[in-house]
Amino acid sequence: MSLSEQVRDGIAREMAKYPKKRGALLPALHLAQAELGHISVETAKELAEVFEIRPIDVMEVVSFYNMFYDRPQGRHHVYVCTNLPCSLRGARTLMRGIEARLGIEAGETTADGRITLGHEECLGACAYAPMLRVGGTYHEDLDLEKAMQILDGLE
Amino acid sequence: MLTVPYVTSYLSEHFGDDAFRTLEGYRARGGYQAAKKALTEMSPEDVVELVKTAGLQGRGGAGFSTGLKWSFMPKETDKPKYLACNADESEPGSFKDRILLERGPHQMLEGILIAAWATGAEKTFVYVRGEYAYPARCLQQAIDEAEAAGILGANVMGTGFRHDVVLMRGAGAYICGEETGLLESLEGKKGQPRKKPPFPAQYGAFGMPTTVNNVETFCHVPHILTRGADWFRGFGTEKSPGTTIFGVSGHVVRPGLYELPLGTRLDEIVFEHAGGVPDGRKVKGVIPGGMSMPVLPASMLDVPMANESLRERKTMLGTGGIMVMDETTCMVRAACVITYFFRDESCGQCTQCREGTGWMNRIVERIERGAGTHEDLEVLLDVCGKMEGQTICAFADAAAWPVQGLLRHFREDFEEHVRRQKCPFPDSFEL
Ligand SMILES: Cc1cc2nc3c(=O)[nH]c(=O)nc-3n(C[C@H](O)[C@H](O)[C@H](O)COP(=O)(O)O)c2cc1C
Ligand code: SF4
Ligand code: FES
Repeated sequence: MSLSEQVRDGIAREMAKYPKKRGALLPALHLAQAELGHISVETAKELAEVFEIRPIDVMEVVSFYNMFYDRPQGRHHVYVCTNLPCSLRGARTLMRGIEARLGIEAGETTADGRITLGHEECLGACAYAPMLRVGGTYHEDLDLEKAMQILDGLE
Repeated sequence: MLTVPYVTSYLSEHFGDDAFRTLEGYRARGGYQAAKKALTEMSPEDVVELVKTAGLQGRGGAGFSTGLKWSFMPKETDKPKYLACNADESEPGSFKDRILLERGPHQMLEGILIAAWATGAEKTFVYVRGEYAYPARCLQQAIDEAEAAGILGANVMGTGFRHDVVLMRGAGAYICGEETGLLESLEGKKGQPRKKPPFPAQYGAFGMPTTVNNVETFCHVPHILTRGADWFRGFGTEKSPGTTIFGVSGHVVRPGLYELPLGTRLDEIVFEHAGGVPDGRKVKGVIPGGMSMPVLPASMLDVPMANESLRERKTMLGTGGIMVMDETTCMVRAACVITYFFRDESCGQCTQCREGTGWMNRIVERIERGAGTHEDLEVLLDVCGKMEGQTICAFADAAAWPVQGLLRHFREDFEEHVRRQKCPFPDSFEL
């Protein structure tokens, strides 16, 4: 898979905003990943060319940031926040329940490739705990039943 | 759903009103008048002086004087100058910047414009944590509106002053909230903090003079411009003026946001505003300012929430994220969660931090499992001591403080685990 024209145009627009073009690397990775699902070695090579840096420079950045993936992921990312405020309100109990219902553990993907489950650090929703995010969408004030309704609704 | 603060003051009074999020609604409430006044009636030096006199302190955690920080920006320079707005908000227990972005993005942009005038900055990079997809959309919409209306861009409100705002999204790394980690990340690199000096005002984003301020810090600025330093000093304490938006979480009846003057007593926030602990249980401990700040025991909650008084109790205001733990809470489990976080988020540049956070986490987990020894407690304190003040950035201190706090006030919890060789708190939150 290679970067589409659309992504390349988007990257060019981002580059114009920064005094040095490398400033647009994180925006570029977001754009590429939104289209391709993860940043493969090939994608890193293409990006490296666009940015005139080495592929290893791109991969280093990918591995530093939790939200960039260097391998294929489930269709949906489900992250349960397990930091202290959420844990105080039962986040880890919720996580166990979800693991049992999905038959996987945090860090794994369901056999049908539908859901990758993970735990996550504080997401800035501590008053509405426990909570999880599916991609960019927050779901707050959950219990196991509400959480499973949300997960069951994912294609 | 993120709800508007239960108690509001000047920052959040219009947050219940959807129109306030739009340029039209913001202007209808007097929006952008303060920036207009600064740019047309005041010199940059006047603005810096005013913010200094008002006594505004940064709301990102360190509490540094905002006016003073602005005055560090070089005046005679041919380099472009920048601002960076820190919207990385990743300190566990903190969620105030999120509502400021979602419900009042123009208020923040106006504060940025005034700061830009005061420092001579031509561009602001707003660094929003990657997980804040919705707050980022709200802000981008406001930026687009302001550009279209000529409030941002080549000729700000017809004054000839140029200022652009660029929103960048992070990608899930707590350390990018540290200001030089943020600058590295802006440059498209790993967010590893820089050695200081040079400080950002000399060598900041892309090597140019840069001032970094927190979202909330910018939000106070238009109000100071409009209503003056004396008015601002009417809120809060002599040394810590103004309000802040406290976030209350954990074991309380009404977790949420509360905009209150600095210096409001912690027990008033926990019991009167947030309703105390549910079901008649008692408070055991409260973390007063985000997870990096040392815990306070129930006997010390009469403290005013301002740095000068919190420091006397060996803790700090931090981000104002208040976490309440009730009497069922096992403080060793709390230590497990806290140390896991810091172990996971250390950027790994400094040995003391990389190794120390791992050591702390392994020791407290061992104690929680019932395999700890009395010697472990001494080792734990020793590791904390070695992490403090030794590293490139304050992350290592921030990792050591909460553990020291737990041992200072709840050592008995740790001892009891060691004596019984198991966790003595069956009703505590699950790990
Ligand atoms: C480990 C670490 C994490 C930090 N995270 C944040 C953050 O998420 N948001 C923030 O505004 N400041 C954060 N800070 C503080 C910043 O380094 C900096 O002091 C602040 O953004 C300055 O703005 P202010 O003066 O307006 O508070 C962090 C500091 C450290 C050491
Ligand atoms: S103290 Fe920790 S987080 Fe900060 S630079 Fe050193 S290793 Fe990185
Ligand atoms: S601890 Fe879960 S959102 Fe803050």
